[in-house]
Amino acid sequence: MSIPTQLKYTKSHEWVKSESDGTVTIGITQHAQELLGDMVFVELPEIGRTLAQKEECAVVESVKAAADIYSPIAGEVVAVNSELESAPEQINQDPYQAWIFKLKPANAADLANLLDAQGYEKTLESEEH
Amino acid sequence: MLIFEHSRPGRRNYSQSPTTKAEKQNIPQNLLRKSPMLLPEASEMDVVRHYTRLSQKNFSIDTEFYPLGSCTMKYNPRACNALAMLPQFLTRHPLAPEDTGQGFLACMYELQEILKDVTGMAGVSLTPMAGAQGELIGVMMIRAYHEARGDKERTEIIVPDAAHGTNPATAVMCGYKVVEITTDKEGNVDMAALKAAVGPQTAGLMLTNPSTLGVFEKNISEMSRIVHDAGGLLYYDGANLNAVLGKVKPGDMGFDVIHINLHKTFSTPHGGGGPGAAPVGVAERLLPYLPVPMVAYEKGAYRWMTEKDVPQTIGRLSAHMGNAGVLLRAYIYVRLLGAKGMNRVSEYATLNANYLMAELRKAGFEIAFPTRRASHEFIATLKDIKEKTGVTAMNLAKRLLDKGYHAPTTYFPILIPECLLIEPAETESKETLDAFVAAMKEILVEIQEQPEMVKSAPHNMPVRKLDDVKAARELDLTWKP
Amino acid sequence: MPFIPHTEEDVKEMLASIGANSIEELFDEIPPALKTGALTRVPPGMSEMEISRLMLERAQADGFYLSFIGAGAYEHHIPAAVWQITTRGEFYSSYTPYQAEASQGSLQLLYEYQTMMASLTGMDVSNASLYDGATALAEAALMAVRLHKTSHRILVPRTVHPVYREVLRAIVRNQNIEVVEIPFCPESGQVLLEHLEPFGQEDFAALVIPQPNFFGVLEQVDAITDWAHEKHASVIAVVNPMSLAMLVPPGEWGAQGADIAVGEGQPLGIPLSSGGPYFGFMACKHDLVRQMPGRIIGRTVDLDNKPGFVLTLQAREQHIRRSKATSNICTNQGLMVTAATIYMSLLGPEGLRRVAAQSHANMLQLTEQLEKLPGVKRVYSGPCFHEVALTLPGPVHEILQALKEQRILGGLNLQEHYPELNNALLVCATETKTADDLNKYSEMLGKILKKYG
Repeated sequence: MSIPTQLKYTKSHEWVKSESDGTVTIGITQHAQELLGDMVFVELPEIGRTLAQKEECAVVESVKAAADIYSPIAGEVVAVNSELESAPEQINQDPYQAWIFKLKPANAADLANLLDAQGYEKTLESEEH
Repeated sequence: MLIFEHSRPGRRNYSQSPTTKAEKQNIPQNLLRKSPMLLPEASEMDVVRHYTRLSQKNFSIDTEFYPLGSCTMKYNPRACNALAMLPQFLTRHPLAPEDTGQGFLACMYELQEILKDVTGMAGVSLTPMAGAQGELIGVMMIRAYHEARGDKERTEIIVPDAAHGTNPATAVMCGYKVVEITTDKEGNVDMAALKAAVGPQTAGLMLTNPSTLGVFEKNISEMSRIVHDAGGLLYYDGANLNAVLGKVKPGDMGFDVIHINLHKTFSTPHGGGGPGAAPVGVAERLLPYLPVPMVAYEKGAYRWMTEKDVPQTIGRLSAHMGNAGVLLRAYIYVRLLGAKGMNRVSEYATLNANYLMAELRKAGFEIAFPTRRASHEFIATLKDIKEKTGVTAMNLAKRLLDKGYHAPTTYFPILIPECLLIEPAETESKETLDAFVAAMKEILVEIQEQPEMVKSAPHNMPVRKLDDVKAARELDLTWKP
Repeated sequence: MPFIPHTEEDVKEMLASIGANSIEELFDEIPPALKTGALTRVPPGMSEMEISRLMLERAQADGFYLSFIGAGAYEHHIPAAVWQITTRGEFYSSYTPYQAEASQGSLQLLYEYQTMMASLTGMDVSNASLYDGATALAEAALMAVRLHKTSHRILVPRTVHPVYREVLRAIVRNQNIEVVEIPFCPESGQVLLEHLEPFGQEDFAALVIPQPNFFGVLEQVDAITDWAHEKHASVIAVVNPMSLAMLVPPGEWGAQGADIAVGEGQPLGIPLSSGGPYFGFMACKHDLVRQMPGRIIGRTVDLDNKPGFVLTLQAREQHIRRSKATSNICTNQGLMVTAATIYMSLLGPEGLRRVAAQSHANMLQLTEQLEKLPGVKRVYSGPCFHEVALTLPGPVHEILQALKEQRILGGLNLQEHYPELNNALLVCATETKTADDLNKYSEMLGKILKKYG
């Protein structure tokens, strides 16, 4: 399984992409979507909501499980992918394209504390044992 | 075919509703219904045939063996149903005066007394309508107790990771934070984790014993001491009482509050998902908080105990007194068994479970806790089988349906991978258990020889594997003409 | 041994397979100090013949009465087929339908039930039941608070069943939810806008509207529904399902309809049985379905594209979401819903309308007859469904006692729940009452009241 190297990650299986306009885009990883199985529903955060780091802000639901999405860093929600409301299966089909929400970071330096692809891969390996 | 598809406009059953349409009426026009009701217009015979046919698409205890772990699917004696449905009991209004219901109240009072003996508790209230409501009421009493003592810093309930999902959900409904603690290799609560979790913030610990892993918590007295020393209370989830009936009383294990699932241990019917009944029992210090109404016996008569008798009660949790008809069935069951019969329940439930565990192990199944005795249930795991063949516990469960056995509980408790939680109950004969083992052996062979067939099971049921992803994505919750 | 099939030979062989010498040995992991479970107060067992005798004697001691009590539990005729089918072993002794392929009977029945209840209430979707009407109201209140997000206040008129209000308070107390009681009009027995206004200054999550209310009176549902919606609160309807055969369903109240409809399902084929088991129903608007607690059944297809039924939206529930579930509810009242579904199918729309209309007409007839007695008059002027509050010219408990001696249960003493209501009686007449029954009641009451004339 390849983990895109241009993205950052969290231990709770979110991916984070830095955009050129200073915002960040957030979704869940290939590993997370495999664990959860067929998505049936996504509950998105409200635009304008201010999030602390690790705050629960969205829910992805499959037939057999529901998982909370945690904000990787502190910031304000500036956009949500409302296409997922009617087509949650996009997360299964291409988890790195099917973003969930975009944040304007409270402090851009926070991004440095996230895992890189290698670090995330190590997390996955340790989970298996 | 749905019942609505048997409908023809203008067809109706003339004997079962008033023969003429009443004309006297003084409801203002703007409050009168104008839109039609989507109810079938079908003959009595069509309705009877339709629902009889539907019933035949169900598995049930009356037709199949149900080794469903943690659910105690024992035979539901027919006498319990027949006698609870005597017309005087059925027609009695809940608010009818006490002196018109002494026969009914006598049964309720005696059931309270019997349950006190069974649980070793000081008081019992019969009102909770299901296990989850019994839990809710139990934790509400724990909270009321701490609050009455001005002890407001207790904000956490400790729950083992093997616990039933209702435990943490209940604690949250009572305004508590849930702290989950881990299980050790032998299936006991990890004592180090418990010690680390307990503190001045602990309101209580919720525990099932024997646990949902099918083993007896050997350290229960020590756990009780740790929680009590920290000022917390112990909650007993009575889901597995069938394993220790007449052997161990939860009160003697140090528990302060318990709920008893009558639809498990006391053989009231599961009814395709309720009604249950889950009386709560409490130790001395929680007596003031029991929910009302209860039944008292004074001066030769039975009467309701209400808020006036129990001023600190947590209140009423049902419109009347819970599932009275279920309580009657449980009462009749206990009277049929008597003290000796109750004692035999745990003995033969335990015998059946240990026998089935031994036989399945000999047949080649991996047992999750092989060094332990089974309580009234035990866990087999398909972890190795899944790694080698890709066949899951769910696949095996579905294949069992094809062979005329209800599946064991799968994927609970979640901490055992690919688990089958198996509880045979005392009412099954050795022949039934042997036949079940034979079916399990056949499936083991099928897994080796035709894994794809097992993975696509069931094959002989009214429907094949259902698409639950489609069900959740394209919600179809009501029929539209 | 009652309900245990083992022969001595079986036990021997089973112990040999286990490698144990006795059944007692199987309990050797339990610390000996804890083995104190011997039952001392459970009486010896009885044969089926003996227990039948005992239960029959107790049932006969309770006997039959001509009852005019309602107050949340109503006597209706239940067709014989309802309970004969419901107590078939395949319904009676089956488990919660987790294994869908082995539970298509119960699952299809529940889907049919959801369809019927959604239509009866005028809502989009229904769950597969809750415990009873009172707990259904509490679950609706929790649901409304989840929906509103900011306010934790619920407005509840005093015309809502007093025990429902008690249960509501008991259940929501620990979640920082404030239950605010709204007064009602002492003349009409209804909650009017003027009673609501003072409480609408501050945000609230929901307004509860009973129809009919506890006094049997019909509320002016359109106006107060619109009022609550203007304040961005949800409307929770508490309705008698039988009345909906005659009355505008909650889904059509005001401009937008109520958001959640709940109530006691007992009138739909469930015997009175001293208060239970009954079932609570809950229906709501489509957008709210993910916030609805309890089991929900969906229709889908199997591998061969054949229709079939499954439990759906399970991720809301405790067995998956654990501490974050919408409710801790697990099993509900499946068997009662089985009976209700068969009841509604047998009655059909016209049957249900006739039962409701006859109940209403009997209440009017009884009221007319009783109001002719000196000192008897209606407490409230608002229109009623099948229950009515009456003022009597003497102490209600004494009069009820005298009626009981004639084997008539005359109604509920309202003062038990409303201290301000002196000498007030709540009386119900359903379709089961004949003209003779009504005459017997009014004649007997007439005789008793002479004493107070």
